[in-house]
Amino acid sequence: MNDLTPITTTLKDWETDQEVRWCPGCGDYAILKAVQRTLPELGADPAKTVFVSGIGCSSRFPYYIESYGFHTIHGRAPAFATGIKLANPDLDVWLITGDGDGMSIGGNHTMHVIRRNLNTQILMFNNEIYGLTKGQYSPTSREGTPSPTTPLGSVDHPASPCAFALGAGGRFIARSYDVSKDLPAVLKAAHAHQGAAFVEIFQNCIVYNKDRFDDFTAKPVADATQVWARHGEPLLFAKGTKGIALDHASLKLTVVDVLDGEWQAAGVLVHDQTNRTIAHLLVEMPFGPFPMALGVIYDDPRPTYESALLDQDARARSGKSADLARLLAKGQTWTVTE
Amino acid sequence: MASVTIDGPAARAHDDTAPAPEAVVVRFAGDSGDGMQLTGGQFTLSTALAGNDLATFPDFPAEIRAPQGTLFGVSAFQINFGSTRIDTAGDQPDVLVAMNPAALKVNLAALKPGGLIIADSGEFNKRNLEKAKYEVNPLEDGSLDKWQLLAFDISALTLQAVKPFGLGNKEALRCKNMWTLGLALWMFDRDRAPLIDWLNGKFAKNPVLAEANIAALNAGHAYGETAELAGPLRQTHIAAVASEPGLYRTVTGAEAISYGLVAGAQLAELPMFFGGYPITPASSILHNLVRLKEFGVTTFQAEDEIAAIASAIGASYAGHLGVTSSSGPGIALKTEAMGLAVMTELPLVIVNSQRGGPSTGLPTKTEQSDLYQAVYGRNGDAPIPVVAARSPGDAFDCAIEACRIATRYMTPVILLTDGYIANAAEPWKVPDPASYTPFPVEFLEEPNGPDGTVLPYARNDHGARPWIKAGTPGLMHRIGGIEKNPLTGNIDYAPASHQAMTDARKAKIDGIARDIPAQEVTLGTPTGKLVLVGWGSTFGAIHQAVRRARRRGQDVSHVHVRHIWPLPENLGDLLKGYDKVLVPEMNTGQFKTVLRDQYLIDARPLTKTSGQPFTIAEIEAAIDAALA
Repeated sequence: MNDLTPITTTLKDWETDQEVRWCPGCGDYAILKAVQRTLPELGADPAKTVFVSGIGCSSRFPYYIESYGFHTIHGRAPAFATGIKLANPDLDVWLITGDGDGMSIGGNHTMHVIRRNLNTQILMFNNEIYGLTKGQYSPTSREGTPSPTTPLGSVDHPASPCAFALGAGGRFIARSYDVSKDLPAVLKAAHAHQGAAFVEIFQNCIVYNKDRFDDFTAKPVADATQVWARHGEPLLFAKGTKGIALDHASLKLTVVDVLDGEWQAAGVLVHDQTNRTIAHLLVEMPFGPFPMALGVIYDDPRPTYESALLDQDARARSGKSADLARLLAKGQTWTVTE
Repeated sequence: MASVTIDGPAARAHDDTAPAPEAVVVRFAGDSGDGMQLTGGQFTLSTALAGNDLATFPDFPAEIRAPQGTLFGVSAFQINFGSTRIDTAGDQPDVLVAMNPAALKVNLAALKPGGLIIADSGEFNKRNLEKAKYEVNPLEDGSLDKWQLLAFDISALTLQAVKPFGLGNKEALRCKNMWTLGLALWMFDRDRAPLIDWLNGKFAKNPVLAEANIAALNAGHAYGETAELAGPLRQTHIAAVASEPGLYRTVTGAEAISYGLVAGAQLAELPMFFGGYPITPASSILHNLVRLKEFGVTTFQAEDEIAAIASAIGASYAGHLGVTSSSGPGIALKTEAMGLAVMTELPLVIVNSQRGGPSTGLPTKTEQSDLYQAVYGRNGDAPIPVVAARSPGDAFDCAIEACRIATRYMTPVILLTDGYIANAAEPWKVPDPASYTPFPVEFLEEPNGPDGTVLPYARNDHGARPWIKAGTPGLMHRIGGIEKNPLTGNIDYAPASHQAMTDARKAKIDGIARDIPAQEVTLGTPTGKLVLVGWGSTFGAIHQAVRRARRRGQDVSHVHVRHIWPLPENLGDLLKGYDKVLVPEMNTGQFKTVLRDQYLIDARPLTKTSGQPFTIAEIEAAIDAALA
């Protein structure tokens, strides 16, 4: 977020005249709407907003937002965003990436933009598949995923984007999914965070990985399989009948039953979004025995990269003049006369 | 006749009676830990201050601290200086300073017959002889008889000179290079005062080391002056060269490029963003620029070569002059992003300090083998202008020219230099920045289409699209690597659109040929029997060889090309005026192929890929053969 005068806009102001080219039913539509709905609420100025993306289905996103937009090359969007932000830190930069773009070919840049703590919102659309290249398994595909390149099922272990981001030194880690009504709240929190804000958004690829996330996003199971992290509130799920507690002896999380709303008695953790240790445990919770942790899992800002760098540059410049003639004539010189 | 005055310590008066040679080549060679590059650098400075013209050739191993005493750990620094114009670092040294057996073995073959060897006999012990694979001590077996040999125990003499300062044996021996430099200063009648000032500055925090090094320097100098040496060691005074009047300094290519980029950004009235990643021999440009922040320079050491160029393109999108720099392998990694800069038509300067390739190749040796990579090396039809510097000083002007083309034509530009230019030093007449014509950039500030629409790809009279700084109110638009509508820039795969955009991108770059100086004959006549066409750092060797040949009456001319792509409009007609075209280059014949392709002329190659620059003699031999 930047100290900009809030601008009054509506959802319509953020729509371009371009025909959206995702497959009908793609989760990207819901994410696009959530972003377009959130931007007016942030008071964002389209002229000061830049969407930067890499390559893949998700990376077409900038073409559909009426702001500045740069559709770059595969995996490298964080590096372009870094140059944009260092050249003009007043710009509000959003990074749009996917599991292939950001975790595979661009994993290195994802790590470094988070490590440096560039003030940007990183939205990683995770559909656990390569969509635009027609369905190959991705670095987040679960073991055994059959695909054109793994007809017998994939054998490699999937990467966990949030664990990766936290491991890279991330100071804001959140999770949501395409059709979640809480996605705008998560986006707002990401925008409010000064620094690299990493948001993993589970996204349904209707063609190549249909309903992959139904085991926790489908309406009938959602309550029992989602635990929403909200700062200062207990980590409850299944309509408050279950909670997440910490086993102090093993330093592992456990699922505990909550009787009659007595969550304190059951030892349910109160979510502290500045607790890095708990954040690690929450993003690593194996789904199945545990619910899927969603919401703002970790939020503990520290100074941004561009503020540190540009402050240092300003100090280095102070009191010096840009006198090129003097620079060129520096050092030991001699004069030849007629 | 020009005369020289030195700013700072006054030049010494001297009464020189012996006739002095016009030029001398000295090579300092030792172990990589012996400080030969430092010695050479300081000797260069003293040579420049004495008013000689000069050219240098630092030649060092890729290993940072190669095992001591080994053949592959030898580091050398060659300097050619004289009272006439000097174009190359010299074919064969007149004097070889060998600090150990390995340095002697590696460098002996280059020494001129009858040349002088100065060897530190203290290092010619059993262990070092074995490491250098000498079975018997060459200082004693008569194998050096065709040269003049002066062997004395520099190590012991240095230890003796620095004894009063109580240094440990290892630290004391580190002063050997200053002892040697002192002797060299005596040999060529140089003033020690600037060196003493420099040592005092360098060791300001450790005055004992400063004093010890100064004592070693003085001892070496005194050794030359007082020792009763028969024969070979004598003092030679090389007179100052007659140069154009003005203020001079020495400059390396890496310095000149850094200054030229700063000057180019100033002339464009833009802040500069430099994204870089460490690589030999390009890193020194980043090292220089980080110290020039007051010139509106922002530097970013990226996580890799791709991020370095990507950040620079991002900065250009936000209105800075984006610059990135690397060497062959790094340039290869940047290739995809260069295509994006072509496609999005954003200004960008890409500096390639070429080194021996392919792959990792020879990181510290020079070559010109990235010309195809620069001109042709991208997927798709992706034309990029290419400018090549011919010397350290010329690199300044070439960097400005790259900035001019990039901003005027909204295009990435490749600036080719090489390891030789980057590291070598030459005297440089300090240019006056006010003498360059500014080329201020005008960003688009208002909608440029009908009914307040924004047309990011509408073109001006020379084919360039408007530069729209991200953040400008009312001009929001999207750009990217996908083919686009020729006006709106929106995604458009239509056959006519791709045809139109490919044509427009090509026409824009081709049109630069009308905006660059016509090709001149660098030396010689506009028609004749033979022309040598060069580009880049082969300038000195070609120029000197052609000059000598012409003095002998041979009909040969020299044409040196700065604009590699697009080529100057008149180049084809010019070259057709000669019976024969010979293209000397440090690769297997890349520019020769471009010339053949562009002009259907029978250009012939003269190639060298040993990691060493051409010698003048090699080019003279080729001239003789071509005219035979």
